[in-house]
Amino acid sequence: MIAPQQICEDALTASAADGCVVLVADHSETNLRWALNSLTTNGQMRTRSVTVVSTRRDRGGTSVGVVSRPVTTADEIVPLVRAAEVAAAGAERAEDAAPLVEPYHCDDDWAGEPATTSVSVFERFAPELARAFVDWRGRDRQLFGFAEHQLTSYFLASSTGLRRRFDQPDGRIEINGKAADLTRSAWAGQHLADFGGAELGLLLGDLDQRLDWAATRIELPAGRYETLLPPTAVADLMLDAYWTASAKDAEEGRNVYAARDGGTRIGQRLADLPLRLYSDPTAPGLACPPFVLAESSDSALQSVFDNGAPVTPADWLRDGVLTDLVRTRAHAASTGRAFRPLVDNLILDGGGAATLPDMVAATERGLLLTCLWYIREVDPQTLLLTGLTRDGVFLVENGRVRGAVNNFRFNESPISLLHRITEVGRTEATLPREMSDYFRRTAMPPVRVPDFHMSTVSPAS
Amino acid sequence: MPSVESSFVALPARDLSAAALQHAADRGASFADFRLEQIRAGHLAVRDGRVETVTDTTDLGLAVRVVHDGAWGFASGLSRTPAAAAELAEQAIETARVSRVLGARPVELAPEPVHRDVEWVSSYEIDPFEVPEEERLARMVDLAQGLQSADGVDHVDGHVDYVRENKFYADLSGTLTTQQRVRIHPEFTAVAVDRGVGSFSSMRTLAPPVGRGWEYLTGAGWDFDAELAELPQLLREHVKAPSVEPGRYDLVIDPSNLWLTIHESVGHATELDRALGYEAAYAGTSFATPDRLGSLRYGSDLMTVTGDRTVEHGLASIGYDDEGVAAQQFDLVRGGVLVGYQLNRQMAGQSGLPRSNGCAFADSPGHLPLQRMANVSLRPAPDGPTTEELIGGVTRGIFIKGDRSWSIDSQRFNFQFTGQQFYRIENGRLVGQLRDVAYQATTTEFWGSMEAVGGPATYVLGGAFNCGKGQPGQVAPVSHGCPAALFRGVNVLNTVLEGR
Repeated sequence: MIAPQQICEDALTASAADGCVVLVADHSETNLRWALNSLTTNGQMRTRSVTVVSTRRDRGGTSVGVVSRPVTTADEIVPLVRAAEVAAAGAERAEDAAPLVEPYHCDDDWAGEPATTSVSVFERFAPELARAFVDWRGRDRQLFGFAEHQLTSYFLASSTGLRRRFDQPDGRIEINGKAADLTRSAWAGQHLADFGGAELGLLLGDLDQRLDWAATRIELPAGRYETLLPPTAVADLMLDAYWTASAKDAEEGRNVYAARDGGTRIGQRLADLPLRLYSDPTAPGLACPPFVLAESSDSALQSVFDNGAPVTPADWLRDGVLTDLVRTRAHAASTGRAFRPLVDNLILDGGGAATLPDMVAATERGLLLTCLWYIREVDPQTLLLTGLTRDGVFLVENGRVRGAVNNFRFNESPISLLHRITEVGRTEATLPREMSDYFRRTAMPPVRVPDFHMSTVSPAS
Repeated sequence: MPSVESSFVALPARDLSAAALQHAADRGASFADFRLEQIRAGHLAVRDGRVETVTDTTDLGLAVRVVHDGAWGFASGLSRTPAAAAELAEQAIETARVSRVLGARPVELAPEPVHRDVEWVSSYEIDPFEVPEEERLARMVDLAQGLQSADGVDHVDGHVDYVRENKFYADLSGTLTTQQRVRIHPEFTAVAVDRGVGSFSSMRTLAPPVGRGWEYLTGAGWDFDAELAELPQLLREHVKAPSVEPGRYDLVIDPSNLWLTIHESVGHATELDRALGYEAAYAGTSFATPDRLGSLRYGSDLMTVTGDRTVEHGLASIGYDDEGVAAQQFDLVRGGVLVGYQLNRQMAGQSGLPRSNGCAFADSPGHLPLQRMANVSLRPAPDGPTTEELIGGVTRGIFIKGDRSWSIDSQRFNFQFTGQQFYRIENGRLVGQLRDVAYQATTTEFWGSMEAVGGPATYVLGGAFNCGKGQPGQVAPVSHGCPAALFRGVNVLNTVLEGR
């Protein structure tokens, strides 16, 4: 196949537009999936997406055309560039138009081959998993789950002379353990950029402990409970708060960050504790692209005109106060505020040192959750979300887990929860159970909420 | 009658499949299939009457799947040469080797008659990609600006997604299919903002996604001009509507809402791979387990639900599935009792069933075919009532139209749904809108409370472009037809009170 760098240069050479950005995402992945103590599917995949952003200026402003195709040979490049130019010619003036990003200093390995992964990353993991199948089968328990590793090399080239490249490794393990009669269920997950860091033994130990806890069954009604939310559950809730953090929507009065009298809630206290919610493309273990990669525009959150712009650390919440929202460069320019792009990681830190077991030990009576599932927005005004507990809810009394409780449907807003958190534990890297198909690089603390709203009982086990 | 897109026909599909399948056979595969897919997706969004984004994305690739020594192996790639196709087959054999190490249960596939060199094209008139971009933009902007200009509308979001999907399939048995289908999903949302109070409300169109072409936006199958003309008044009424008093109500549910309840509580619950545990770690399992087939009381006697991959304009309709199985129609629930499951060849084979009912689908060349949902639909009563007659039978209730928020647990028991429009019913008449309504129930309790099913005149095919399942995650388009129906004594929540 033609090299990504050559695609970029050939496309820019072929471009007759006023401006052009070429974005190549060269992607490889491999995975294993298992159920009922045996492998069910596996695979190796290779994809490549080439996006050409073509801009056209006239007296009315700047229009843009965006076309994406999988390019494998040189003769596919010119038709792709022409298609983007035709799209730009037919388009109206783009509201998010901004000058294309000019070159700036960076140390990217532009010339290197795309990074790839293969099934060989499972060489250590697969035999461990096979042994676990035998072990669990022998103990009348069942394993289900999924492991994958991905590598995407991004190449971005612009007619302004900008060249940027970033290799994004990504991976996860999700394991679900069940008793043979399926009445007890537990889940554990790990995000990992390097599959050498897989901690299968720790994950399996966690599953066993939770299944053992569930040997005692306790029925509880719906209601408000003191609840310990583990980092994975906190991540899922905070991601909904992050994905709606558009400055433009807030200024237009149509998201939870809109101020009552117009404008935004920036400067308002959202959390009583001194919480910091932030993103940092250089965060250890959570590194993500340090420049904008936008294959399409969404004027509330991202713009193709911003491609290549540096992504810098951003505090969204500092000392419990809302400090910033997401802005494209065009929107920033029109409102006199700073450009603030989305970052592909999210971290919540409250300075706590307690682990989840420490917090269990300090609980007189409350619920300990494993994770949340099927979370959906109910009311955008308050960002009320509904969803369910899954794979283990436990009653804690006098510092000890007493047994497993039935599952619940919850109705809660992460913005309301921020105000009501009374304890924050130690922040750790975590895999968001619900959102991990879309967003994995998170670090969150376990938190204590005195009155989490369990709306109804779910009979699911 | 549309034909298969020429750029797809021009691809060397037969040479590639011959190379891949021959290599798989030479290496001893007991089963092998090959797919070449080209999926072109367009997205056009407008915001406040202005174009926000237009994208045109094509995915093109090939995939080889094998059963080797009883284990699955899969590989996909981009290069379209016979040598590369054979190399993919080799990679698939190698991944099958890993499966064996991990003790995979031997794969058994239900047999399927050979379908030699057949072609199928879905029912549509105008390929959206053949419409000039200026024309597409003009229609969307015109509709959005008309809505934006109405009193009480502060913002308008609109988008249309359109897809042309081409699939070539071949397997070692000799089946060879070439198919094309087109689908489209336009949607508009009007937003009203009250700066003084610091609140906002929105209402979305009810037009469902369908297996049609651009003609859908110009009058075939839906009247967008009429729906958008009514939307501002409905939104104004919604803004002023009283908040619902929580409690038990009789619900008359319009097809524009009920399709999603069917999708979540019947469609997914009757997927055999879920019921057997293959999705336990992700999408979940099902309360409707195989040991209850033929005996599980799913709902009232009026409940008959079919799976169908043949219905015209259905999003899951196809000629042959991604395992070469011919499309079929089959019963899932009959007279309120569970009588069937959706199947692929593996689920059918290992369950001892004679044939798959054709529910295998892969959303891209880079993904394995999974058992995915057919168009799962609730049958109307042949001489059933109109919607007005259903409402006429309610003393105190709510009429619900349009879908919005949805959520259901991992065994498909407990669900909660909201909607777009809620009307209070008093003594058989609609007496104005309500707001902040959600209904919450357990699947069998809900369907057991279905007291009346509307007639064919109330039947509408709803659906979604983006049903999620599997790991790696895949999305599938699927339609659900249903009549309006009456449910007695359903638990209704107030979403504002829930958030306090």
